[in-house]
Amino acid sequence: MNPLTDTETLPSPDVDETAANPVAGIDQTRGDFKYDVAYEFDAGTGLNEKTIDYISDVKKEAAWIREFRHAALKTFRAKPMPTHWATRDLENIDFDKIRYYLAQGQKPKRTWDEVPDDIKKTFERLGIPEQERKYLAGVEAQFDSEAAYSNIKEIVSRQGVIFVNSTEGLREHPELFRKWFGKVIPTGDNKFSALNSAVFSGGSFIYVPKGVKVAQPLQAYFRINAENFGQFERTLIIADEGSEVTYMEGCTAPKFSTSTLHSAVVELVALKGAKIQYITVQNWANNVFNLVTKRGLAHEEAEIKWIDCNIGSRLTMKYPGVVLKGRKARGEVISIALANDGQHQDTGAKMIHAADETTSNVISKSISVGQGRATYRGQIHIPKHLKGCKNNTECDALLINTNSRTDTYPAITVRGDDNYVQHEASVSKVNEEMIFYMQQRGLTEGQAMSLAVNGFINDLARQFPMEYSVELKRLIDLEMEGSVG
Amino acid sequence: MPAPSSASAPARSPVGSFASDLFTSHLASLAAAPAWWLDRKRAAYEQFAGLPLPRRTDESWRFSNILGLSLDGYGLPAPATTRLAPFPISSAASLTFVNNTLIRGAAAESKLPAGVIVTTLAEAAVRHADLLQEHFMAQPQKLGSAKFAALHTAFVGDGAFIHVPRGVELAEPILIQHIASGAGAAVFPHTLVIAEENSRVCVVDTFVSDDAGAHFACGANDLYAGHGANLTYVGAQAWSRDTLSFQFNSTVVRRDARVQSLNLNVGGRQARHESLSQLQAPGGFSEMLALTVADRTQEFDQRTLQIHQAPNTKSDLLYKNALRDKARTIFSGLIVVDPDAQKTDAYQSNRNLMLSEEAEANSLPGLEIQANDVRCTHGATSSRIDPEQEFYLQSRGITKAMADELLTFGFFEEVLNRLENEELHAALRALIQTQFKKK
Repeated sequence: MNPLTDTETLPSPDVDETAANPVAGIDQTRGDFKYDVAYEFDAGTGLNEKTIDYISDVKKEAAWIREFRHAALKTFRAKPMPTHWATRDLENIDFDKIRYYLAQGQKPKRTWDEVPDDIKKTFERLGIPEQERKYLAGVEAQFDSEAAYSNIKEIVSRQGVIFVNSTEGLREHPELFRKWFGKVIPTGDNKFSALNSAVFSGGSFIYVPKGVKVAQPLQAYFRINAENFGQFERTLIIADEGSEVTYMEGCTAPKFSTSTLHSAVVELVALKGAKIQYITVQNWANNVFNLVTKRGLAHEEAEIKWIDCNIGSRLTMKYPGVVLKGRKARGEVISIALANDGQHQDTGAKMIHAADETTSNVISKSISVGQGRATYRGQIHIPKHLKGCKNNTECDALLINTNSRTDTYPAITVRGDDNYVQHEASVSKVNEEMIFYMQQRGLTEGQAMSLAVNGFINDLARQFPMEYSVELKRLIDLEMEGSVG
Repeated sequence: MPAPSSASAPARSPVGSFASDLFTSHLASLAAAPAWWLDRKRAAYEQFAGLPLPRRTDESWRFSNILGLSLDGYGLPAPATTRLAPFPISSAASLTFVNNTLIRGAAAESKLPAGVIVTTLAEAAVRHADLLQEHFMAQPQKLGSAKFAALHTAFVGDGAFIHVPRGVELAEPILIQHIASGAGAAVFPHTLVIAEENSRVCVVDTFVSDDAGAHFACGANDLYAGHGANLTYVGAQAWSRDTLSFQFNSTVVRRDARVQSLNLNVGGRQARHESLSQLQAPGGFSEMLALTVADRTQEFDQRTLQIHQAPNTKSDLLYKNALRDKARTIFSGLIVVDPDAQKTDAYQSNRNLMLSEEAEANSLPGLEIQANDVRCTHGATSSRIDPEQEFYLQSRGITKAMADELLTFGFFEEVLNRLENEELHAALRALIQTQFKKK
């Protein structure tokens, strides 16, 4: 997914400085590119009823979806910005300067050959070899709002798995998707879920039939490629009884001069005994507002696990949640956040226990570099008359530079005497003795720091699939470059 | 902005019983007070009247029962006496206030070292105006109760003023008792402690009701620990079960000073306690402790803020709540480490012992860290009595009820053990035990 996905070992100390630094050869501006694209449909900038009708017309949507969008627009307008608890940076979003819909009018492509050349060129600049992608179970590479390339491997569809984009999902399989669409995250959940509900396009709709275990992870790949262009994907994954699926989502975006907005809604439904794992590596450019609502609904004995890694963006606000609706349901959030200069990673987790013997686990690690700010916000809720619920929350923050900043704001409500909740958080810096030891063995301070930071998140990074954890290590090395000395 | 939700709820007056005519009559009763004191009170009243009541969307009132905050039905009480037994500890000096008025001032002269001042605010306003001006309600209200703090300043009648000069050490505590008497009585207790350089003092504040009436208590205490001072503060709150209580605790810790505060909460219908510790100079240490026994439908709302403003400071907070029946507790704590406050060592812990099916504990332990060379940790747990410990005691022939009682008292002992004064330890333990014996 990242330009660099091959593994590497630390160089021996006797090679010269450039070679010794594993990240010295990397051109950091490699993500900064943009191709002129002839957009066939363009709703213009700003948001009003006409924008919504326009999107609905282009997508040839059913009347109920159009109504859903219009109602959502009203909710979006009525809701205030949540600045009474969130950062005031949100006020810098100019909703009138954002393009809400843009597409090339392409039908999702089935084979690599059908993908237009200029889009292929974009992928190549990002360093994703065509060959590698063929091995992936299914790639939904989203070029702006629509899927530009969609390849579902035969084996997945033979199992009866439906893996389509949101437009196709609502049009072709309304009987499956309408039941849960907007149910896990209602339109009025927050201002940005309302915005997404009004203007959503793109994203994946997945249905895994009863008892089907999808062996390979399904992947989708998003990018933003138009200046001032907000992207509003909508993803809904339904895992039927006893099924298992892993979904991976990675983002990189070209850098632009003005702010862009990304506001996705992701809903997961795990029916009885199903397992869903949702993995995200977020690396938007430093001018992107990334305001995402993600929530799963876990039925009896089901398990939902969010693995969430945030490295890019100007401001990320994302608190993946699980509603533990059925007995013995289990929810988990594993979160890694890295905030560098000019970035605010406001991430966390929500665990709503709604049945007996439900368990949840939240592990969050954040790293603040330079003037970066990392925030953990959590909510644990165990209402009345529940028995045997357990929650464990651990938040660790690492501060690299003297002016780095970290915040922790958990909210825990427990009722009754038969539940067990524990929360622990710590803040520290990199151990000086550790750095000294490594320097004494010939590593530069930067390398030592990079190694220490990778060590800090190592136990979480190991939970990512191989290519993601390698990519993660590369991204952290890049971010740590120049942070010390 | 029009608020559609307010139409359904009955509109509440932002001043309630504390209307301007009540304030005017309060001022009239302070004929002897200096002009600056009256001006200060007038400004505070303006501020109180101008600020809205807390709203459900205010982050600093998250989880609080906003509807329980009505200011109606109270009045300034007439002077009264009390037959309550004094708090059972020996003291170097003690002051007892009933309904905002000093009724007993027993400074055991022989026990007080020379230069130590234990007097009333009214007298301090005349004789120690500069000290009072410098320290009385002088710290920022950062925990959400600016309105009620202003109400306190506007209506504070009398209170305790304690000044311990440089290098003086007191062996025994100074005891201040605040008593509310008569239904609808509004009381505004205040205790101000200035511990100068290298002094040592322990101050005990008690808050009790003379009867089971509905009282309104809005109290504050200002603690100032100068360089190298050692200040211990204990607040024991046992208002009537029908009291709406606010208490604002502000602590300033200077270089190498050490402040230990312990607040015990058992009384009130709805009681909010805000505690602010400012570590202003290197070497300062603030230990913040609290014990709460919540039962029936009581709500205890505790908000704390530890601000590390200088390098090399330390704070250690431990708030323990035992919840029974349908009681609710809220703990909201925040550690703030300012930029450049390197080598900060801060700890914050909230432990909730759930003793009934219907009790509710809310925890909001927070951190805001802007310096990297720090050690900051916090933890919050909510759980029942450890079944293994219970089983162990039962296997030794102790009944389940007795085992639970032992383990619950043991839960509090961890905090009480941090007190140096054994007599005080015993008195507080007895107060906790009466809460359990009542039923």
